[in-house]
Amino acid sequence: MQEDIVLTMRGICKYFPGVTALNRVDFTLRRGEIHALMGENGAGKSTLIKVLTGVYPMDAGEIRVDGIENPIVIHSPQEAAGFGISTVYQEITLCPNLTVAENMFIGRSPKKSVNWKSMEKRAGEILENLGIPARPKQQLGRCSIAVQQMVAIARAVDTDCKVLILDEPTSSLDDREVEMLFGLMRELKARGVGIIFVTHFLEQVYAVSDRITVLRNGELVGEYEVEKLPQVALVEKMIGKDLEDLSSIQKSEVQAASETGDLYEAKGLSSSEAEAFDFHIAKGEVNGFTGLLGSGRSESVRAIFGADPVTGGAIRVNGKAVKITKPLDAMKNGIGYLPEDRKRDGIIADLSVRDNIILALQVIKGMRHPLSRAQAEAFADEYIKALSIKTASPDTPIRSLSGGNQQKVILARWLLTHPQYLILDEPTRGIDVGTKTEIQKLVLKLSEEGMGITFISSEIEEMLRTCSRLIVMRDRHIAGELTGEELSQEQVMRTIAGGGE
Amino acid sequence: MKRSGASRFFYNNSQLLIPLIAILLLTVFNLIRDPGFFSVGIAANNNGDPVLQGNLISILNGASELVILSMGMTLVTAAAGGQDISVGALAAIGGSVFVKVLKGGSINGLLVLAAFLACCAAAMVFGALNGSLVSFFGIQPMIATLILFTCGRSIAYWINGGATPTVASPILNAIGSFIPGIPVPTPILIVIAAGILFALLFRFTALGLYIQTVGINQGAARLNGISAKGIKLLSFILLGACCAVAGVIGVSRLGLINHETLLINIEMDAILAVAIGGNNLGGGRFKMIGSVLGAYAIQALTITLYAMKVPSTDVKAYKAVVIIILVIMGSPVVKDAAGRLWKRLFGTRRTGTAGKEAA
Repeated sequence: MQEDIVLTMRGICKYFPGVTALNRVDFTLRRGEIHALMGENGAGKSTLIKVLTGVYPMDAGEIRVDGIENPIVIHSPQEAAGFGISTVYQEITLCPNLTVAENMFIGRSPKKSVNWKSMEKRAGEILENLGIPARPKQQLGRCSIAVQQMVAIARAVDTDCKVLILDEPTSSLDDREVEMLFGLMRELKARGVGIIFVTHFLEQVYAVSDRITVLRNGELVGEYEVEKLPQVALVEKMIGKDLEDLSSIQKSEVQAASETGDLYEAKGLSSSEAEAFDFHIAKGEVNGFTGLLGSGRSESVRAIFGADPVTGGAIRVNGKAVKITKPLDAMKNGIGYLPEDRKRDGIIADLSVRDNIILALQVIKGMRHPLSRAQAEAFADEYIKALSIKTASPDTPIRSLSGGNQQKVILARWLLTHPQYLILDEPTRGIDVGTKTEIQKLVLKLSEEGMGITFISSEIEEMLRTCSRLIVMRDRHIAGELTGEELSQEQVMRTIAGGGE
Repeated sequence: MKRSGASRFFYNNSQLLIPLIAILLLTVFNLIRDPGFFSVGIAANNNGDPVLQGNLISILNGASELVILSMGMTLVTAAAGGQDISVGALAAIGGSVFVKVLKGGSINGLLVLAAFLACCAAAMVFGALNGSLVSFFGIQPMIATLILFTCGRSIAYWINGGATPTVASPILNAIGSFIPGIPVPTPILIVIAAGILFALLFRFTALGLYIQTVGINQGAARLNGISAKGIKLLSFILLGACCAVAGVIGVSRLGLINHETLLINIEMDAILAVAIGGNNLGGGRFKMIGSVLGAYAIQALTITLYAMKVPSTDVKAYKAVVIIILVIMGSPVVKDAAGRLWKRLFGTRRTGTAGKEAA
């Protein structure tokens, strides 16, 4: 192993049933470097981290750590720590009701009996050494999130740590706190710790990182030095230009909004999760929200549907002022919403495919007007056939279907309500290419029939193929709107990346 | 692969296997022990009317309050993913209100009806209280109902000023034992009426779908326009109504209200009935008929033990042994093993379906 390399991962493969999460991925970490691991959701970042920390066993590949002759096999996070690999996760996994010192030493006190005095003294030294503004006797829960984060890091590096993994450490910090954390990261870097930094914030990558490794769809795109990879190029590498066999899909020319009038119009719409924004969509229009994860694209469409508590805004549907503050309001106004997280927000896992299909229609009709068994069966059969949903029977619980078929069931649920406006948040995520194409074709067919559709996808190509207008979001605000000639990959990336490069 | 009608029927109703096996075992056991155990005879009661008698009738009659409570408990369990431990106390409150109103005048049909409605109203208000704690404050059902479990019988005590008043009337006799001319004990008829009411409720509303959706995935229920809070609240109010009916039956049987002993400890049996009925105590899918069968199985067990002359102090210990066996039989571990065995024997999977879940 080269002198300055602390960790190498070679040809790492990880398969889940039906999905290749990692395909021969290489990763190299040097002593005293901050190495950003980048990629959109589903790219394989977290799987790689979990393989490295022993949460998942790898299916193929080799991991070597500095100072150990042979390739190592890691079975658990405890073992990983034994090899000098420590992780600090996005959510703080310490105990807020214990003191800072207790949190730093709990579970790994050297002896059975605990000497609190010396432990506090040692904690004080470490904190001072690293410049962390916390006192050992302070209750952890009373520290700011940033300081808690730093305590977690201090705990992680106190063991003989060669590799420190920071998984989205900055997602709940403000700018000043981020700076503090960066200070600590630079300090550790100076001490020779190799840091793997996972984040969605591009600016932060450029602020502290030395090197960037980009993953996409479970494959390694490349390893780059920060200076040699401008921001636009990074976004391009993350999102990719993989042109699947979808050239047959042709979007139809959308009628100008002035002709048909706006189907839906919002002014100053805001929710507990989304900053105020303006938005409109015409009959038969397919538009899309794009931006990196965390840019506010999902939060914005959730606000349209009333999925999060709506805090303000004037809404018009077909020109008539309406109030949409909760999902039922939206549904009654002919709006459907396919949520981003299918498993958490979409499927009713234990219910049958049939019940999952009729659910939204039943709710719109109201509890006192149940669909008859015969009606429900007819609707289910119709949509199982129309969308070619592969299920043993309509009675099968939806949880035993594959991801793509689950997604089709949720789609069927909304199509059955005959919405005039359908919001699809990442309808194609985590499903096979065949189903992806089917869904894209369906979107275009529905729009030809006059349905307004808002489409969100992490894959820009997919959006360029289907949308006639793209709303680009950055840092929870609309950064630009692209139509017609501007709808190119380059333009989208430029807008996402913003001022930088 | 299309399932045949019969196999689909068994697949959809497999959760009823445990209570049915329990009832079957108790039946066989009793028939071996005493072939005439289930014989039903006709005898004259105190009023000289011919009425049905026998162990079978005792089981069906004696289980009435438990069956009605377990119906309501099923709904709360499915919607809120937790159990209401205040049902006994709530039935005592309902019974006390019933007696309080009856004491206010000379007992006639109208007064009994008024008393019943007052009893229902009171129990449903307290049910709503439980439900509000659970749905609006997000308190665990068992903790939320622990409050009423603790103070409910004191409230019942206050309602009648600490007394245990007796009420006597042919109308109450008709509710608690027999309607003249009908040989079937009235509580059995009330259970049948309650069953029909719930069947109609599920037939003519989509309540069943709503409750299961809320119980399985509250967040998704909300995104599909269902008020999860409202549904949970509603399930507690319905359970409150069940408590009222159980309380009225209990009071009418004895002709008095004893707030300390009326339906004492019945909450645990009601929860047990839901569990034996194969319903997930964590909420979600439910079959009310399972809980009903479970309740009858519990009562059959009790009557069997009494018939075997087991001292009443020991009955609980014997009951516990049988219940341990039933609960283990219904556990996921045993179910999985049974499913594998079934597959080995018959080559088809009872639980299997289409493709595997992709990660």
